[in-house]
Amino acid sequence: MKYFLDISQISKTFHTDSGTFEALKDVDLKIDEGEFVSLIGHSGCGKSTVLNIVAGLLDVTNGGVFLEHEQITEPGPDRAVVFQNHALMPWLSVYDNVALAVKSVFKGTKDKSEIHDWILHNLSLVNMDHAAQKMPHEISGGMKQRVGIARALSMQPKVLLMDEPFGALDALTRAQLQDSTMQIHKELGNTVIMITHDVDEAVLLSDRIVMMTNGPAARVGQIVNVNIPRPRDRLALAEDAQFNHCRRLVLDFLYSAHAEPVDEEISGVDTPDQTQSEAA
Amino acid sequence: MIAAALSTFKGIGAQVPKLMAQSVIPALGISFFLLVWHLGASNIVTSLGQFPGPAQVWSQTVSLYEEHVEVRQKADRFYERQEKRNAEKLAKNPDATIKWRSYTGKPSFADQIFTSLYTVMFGFLLASAIAVPLGIVCGLSDRMYQAINPIIQVFKPVSPLAWLPLVTMVVSALYVSEDPFFQKSFLNSAFTVALCCLWPTVINTTVGVAGIDRDLVNVGKVIKLSASTNVRKIVLPSSVPMIFTGLRLSLATGWMVLIAAEMLAQNPGLGKFIWDEFQNGSSNSLARIMVAVITIGLIGFALDRCMLILQRKISWDKQAVLR
Repeated sequence: MKYFLDISQISKTFHTDSGTFEALKDVDLKIDEGEFVSLIGHSGCGKSTVLNIVAGLLDVTNGGVFLEHEQITEPGPDRAVVFQNHALMPWLSVYDNVALAVKSVFKGTKDKSEIHDWILHNLSLVNMDHAAQKMPHEISGGMKQRVGIARALSMQPKVLLMDEPFGALDALTRAQLQDSTMQIHKELGNTVIMITHDVDEAVLLSDRIVMMTNGPAARVGQIVNVNIPRPRDRLALAEDAQFNHCRRLVLDFLYSAHAEPVDEEISGVDTPDQTQSEAA
Repeated sequence: MIAAALSTFKGIGAQVPKLMAQSVIPALGISFFLLVWHLGASNIVTSLGQFPGPAQVWSQTVSLYEEHVEVRQKADRFYERQEKRNAEKLAKNPDATIKWRSYTGKPSFADQIFTSLYTVMFGFLLASAIAVPLGIVCGLSDRMYQAINPIIQVFKPVSPLAWLPLVTMVVSALYVSEDPFFQKSFLNSAFTVALCCLWPTVINTTVGVAGIDRDLVNVGKVIKLSASTNVRKIVLPSSVPMIFTGLRLSLATGWMVLIAAEMLAQNPGLGKFIWDEFQNGSSNSLARIMVAVITIGLIGFALDRCMLILQRKISWDKQAVLR
C-alpha cells in the first residue's frame, strides 16, 4: 500500500499507578500527501495521543506509524508540532524562537544569511515579520500562535501536526488564523493533521474529518469527506448546502451516534468511498 | 494612646506617597524596636555588667572604627619603617639580602569582616560550581535523580559543623605545601561553608529543571536540539528562578554556618571576634559582640540583596516580583 502517512492499527495502553488504561485501540488512518485532515471527538477520546504518537513524542503499544514507508520511532522536525498554547520560549524574541528551530534543523545546510532570510520568510508567511524583535509577552495570544505556526513551518515538515491550535483564542482571532492557515496550506501544500473541538473549523479547513469514538479504547468512528472546492470563503459557506451537510454529519456523530463505538461505522473506515459524505 | 497613634499612623499611610510610606513605616518599626531594646536592656544585669542598649552599642561601633583606623596607622608605620630600613641597608651594601615582612598585628574588626566575607564567597562559589550542574543533571535524568537523591536526603540535615573536625583533618593531611597560597584555617572554614551550600542549590535546581513546561521540552525534542543547546536555550533560562532560590538559601545558610565554624574552630573572621570578646570579658565585651551581631545581620541582608540584583540582571523575566 502506498500511503504518504500510514497510521497502521495503533493501540496505546498507559500504565498508571491505579492500573492500566487503554487509550487507543486499533486506530487506523491513511493520509495522502497534501491532505488536510482534522481529528475531532469529545475530550479525552485520545485525539492528542494519536497526534503525539505521530509526532514521536509517545510510543505505541501495538501497531506503527509510517511516514513515506519509514517507521516513526522518535520526534523530528519532519513532523513539526503546533502546540495549543503556542509553546514559545518566553525568554527568546519572536525572531529567536523561530531561529532556535531553523538553526537546529538547517545546521550545515544553510549559511548565516540564508538562515536569516528563511526566518523572515516564515514570519512573513504568518504576517509576523513586523514583530520579529518583540518578546512573546509583548504580543497577543493570536500573534503568539502565528509565531508558533511560523516556527513549525520553518522546519519544512512533511507533516504539520496542530494540536487544537486555535482553541485558546477568541472567535475573531480564530477566524483570522483559520483564513491564514487555509492560505498557507494553499501556498505550501503541506500535509496537515489538526485536532479540533470546533465543528465549523473542521469543515472549513479539512479535506477529511476523522471522528473518534469516546475512550477508553477509542478508535476511528467515522470519516467525513469534505468535497467543498477550494478556495473556501467562510461567508459564502454559511449558506452552502454541502457545508451544512458535512456539519450536520459531524454533529450527528458527536451528539447522537458517538456514545458507544458501533461496529458498522468502523467497518467503513478504510474505504473512504463508503463513508464519504454524500454531500456532492 | 496606642490606638490613637495607630489610627494617625493609618491615616498617614493612606495619604503620603508610596516613597514616603516605604521609608516612614520601616523607620517607625525600627524606632519601636530600639525603644523595646533600650527598656529591656536596662533591666538585665549580667556578670559582665549591664546588657548593652542601643547607646552603648553605638559607642562601641565608633570605638571599633577608631581601633581599626589605629591598627591601619600602626601597619602603615610598620611598612614605612621597614622600607626605610631596607633602603638604608641597600645604600650601605647593594648586595645585602633584604627581607620584606607583612604586618602581623592583631586584626581589626574590619579585617575580620573581610576575612569572613572572603571565606563565605569562596565556599559558596565552590559549592555552586558543583551544585548547579549536578542539579541540572538530576533534573534532566530520572535515573541520576534516583541515584543521588538518597545521598542528598541523608547529608542535607547534617549540621555542617559536624563535618568540621573531618574537614580539618582532611585539609591538614592533604593540603601540604611549603608556601601555601591559602591558609589552612581559611580552607577549613570555606569547605565547611561549601558543604552546607551544596544541598539547597542542588535540590532547587533539580526541582526547577524537572518542572520545565512539557511543551517547551517537546519543542526541544521536535527540533532535535543538541544536549548542550537544550541546556543553554531551554533548561537554564526556564529554571533560573528556582536556581536562584537555591543559591539564596545556600548563601544565607552558608553565612550563618561560617560564623559558627569560626567560633568553634578559632578560624579568623567575625566568629572568632565574637569568641575572643566573650573570653575577654571586659565591661565592653557584650556591646562589642552586639556590634558584631548587627554587622552579621546587615551583611547577610546585603548578600541576599546582591543575589536579587544578580537574579534581576540574569533572568529573562523582568516582570517577576522578586522577594
